[in-house]
Amino acid sequence: MTRLHVDWTACQGRGHCTELLPELLAPDEWGYPRSTDDTKEPAVPVALLPHARRAVRHCPRLALHLVGP
Amino acid sequence: MNDALWYLARGTGVTSLVLLTVVVALGIANRAGRPAFGLPRFGVAQVHRDASLLAVGFVLVHVISLFFDVYAQLELFDLIVPFGATYRPMWTGLGTLAVDLLIALVGTSLLRHRLGLRAWRVTHWLAYACWPLAFAHALGSGSDAGAWWLRTVAGACLVAVVAAVTWRLSTSARATVLSGDTR
Amino acid sequence: MTAVLTAGRLLGAGHPDLRGHDTAHGPLPRLPHDVLIGVVRDAGLTGHGGAGFPTHVKLAAVRGHAGGRRPPVVVGNGAEGEPGSAKDRTLLARAPHLVLDGLQLAAAAVGAAKAHLYVRPASAGPLARAVRERRAAGRDPVPVVVHQAQEAFLSGEESAVVSVLSGGRAVPRDKLRRVTESGVGGAPTLVQNVETLAQLALVARHGADWFRRSRTFLATVTGPVGRPGVYEVPHGVALTALLAAAGGPVAAPRAVLVGGFHGAWVPAAAVDVPMSREGLAPYGASPGAGVVIPLAAGECGLARTARIVGYLAGAGAKQCGPCLNGLPRLAATMAALARMEGDPSLPAGVARLAALVRGRGACGHPDGTVRLIRSAMTVFADDVTAHLHGSCLDGARP
Repeated sequence: MTRLHVDWTACQGRGHCTELLPELLAPDEWGYPRSTDDTKEPAVPVALLPHARRAVRHCPRLALHLVGP
Repeated sequence: MNDALWYLARGTGVTSLVLLTVVVALGIANRAGRPAFGLPRFGVAQVHRDASLLAVGFVLVHVISLFFDVYAQLELFDLIVPFGATYRPMWTGLGTLAVDLLIALVGTSLLRHRLGLRAWRVTHWLAYACWPLAFAHALGSGSDAGAWWLRTVAGACLVAVVAAVTWRLSTSARATVLSGDTR
Repeated sequence: MTAVLTAGRLLGAGHPDLRGHDTAHGPLPRLPHDVLIGVVRDAGLTGHGGAGFPTHVKLAAVRGHAGGRRPPVVVGNGAEGEPGSAKDRTLLARAPHLVLDGLQLAAAAVGAAKAHLYVRPASAGPLARAVRERRAAGRDPVPVVVHQAQEAFLSGEESAVVSVLSGGRAVPRDKLRRVTESGVGGAPTLVQNVETLAQLALVARHGADWFRRSRTFLATVTGPVGRPGVYEVPHGVALTALLAAAGGPVAAPRAVLVGGFHGAWVPAAAVDVPMSREGLAPYGASPGAGVVIPLAAGECGLARTARIVGYLAGAGAKQCGPCLNGLPRLAATMAALARMEGDPSLPAGVARLAALVRGRGACGHPDGTVRLIRSAMTVFADDVTAHLHGSCLDGARP
């Protein structure tokens, strides 16, 4: 299963990913993404893969990554 | 035919300036960290990207039309290397420099994921040189420099960029106070 | 702090020089890499830096990347940023050659061309002398470089060590690519705590069965005990026996902090628990780097925890948003609870913030801090209730 990995050293909570992928990521009170299922690296359902790729592409800090098959 | 080329060059030049202004203003505004213009942040970023690609298209037409224009007498060389042109070398050279920077900015942005964040960010600071060069080139190089409509357009562009910078500085100063984060 | 031996081989050599080491331990056997990794697996050796990760898994992972463009690198980690710990510097002072043996074994196991030792400034000089002593005796096939570590809580974090040795800042890195694949200068890198390396040198000499029978570890006992210090004790020793070895608690403690500032409180009723991963698991604790700190008599556990969390909030690398924003808020909430502010929403606030920062950082700092806080909220649950009503079970005043 493909998972989403946040590079916290790069993330500055710009909020693009939480707008593009609200199914998996919601902003916390400081604007940083928090996985909606509270896992460290949320699994990406196949149906959401294109959206996840788009979020990865659009991260202004290049902090979002897809890992796994 | 030649007049058509000349009009095309002027029209695409002014349009390029307006588009670059949109790109720069949105780029600066979106960096301020809160949604702008009631749009989501990714939307603002998308317009920033699309407008920059559109600007590249208009700049391309602008440059090509001038290349075939007999008054401008541009050599292939002048499209890349600034200040060698026979027609107003200074003002034309600023435009050439702006084109070079634009190529660097768009190229590195398209390769952002390969380059890595740091290299991309450093080159993206060139935007702060690119826009003023394009602005100066538009005012000094064009045969419409004295026209009221060009002055109006240029004035509006300047106001847009200054407003974006002011907004960003005000919000980032506030964010620094709030979070204690100085980065 | 004085070091006292109770048992074992780690600190057992009479003299820290090469002759003393040879007399005590004998020659170092040379084992093929797959044999050595198998012995380490059978011995059940795990890391002594805090995380307790199985050593053979790391060895095999780095070995697996050995065929690449850059030859692997091994790093002995003695940065020991944990304020309560002194066992690494003690080991490096008393048995440097056991650590250096282990470093060579690890280098051979993973096929490394270069070895580093990353230690506190006070350990660096004597250790560099030991390295020269071995070089003169023609002992070390893989060259060893000694580096001075910054004295900071997170300086020993694996990826922070790799970052420094790669010319960067001493802060943790993102773990998208593990250091076993891409570490120092992009080379596959094995980072092992110096005690783990010394243990490795014993495993190679005496075998897996001996190790399972005679295994010891180093513990630092600090705080209100008769003789604070570093003790070598059998694996799985009862916490009470370890405290007794250190002269016993000055007064019966209400709880004992096990595993350092990223550890957990073990309540007084459970101090017979064995010092092992399995034994401590019910309390959310683990031996970690072997740090044991009893609560002083009359000291409020919540106040103590709040002070530690305050320290931890300031000790972060200040690069990950949730930790950077969340730990100071957690520290402030714990401090309010410790001050007996009667706000009944404080425990819920602690729980909410803890859930918010956990798992959301480049390193284990937020998770370790949350572990400490959650154990305090459980072990000192009665204190929490009392504090919310403006009184303290330990007699502290608001």
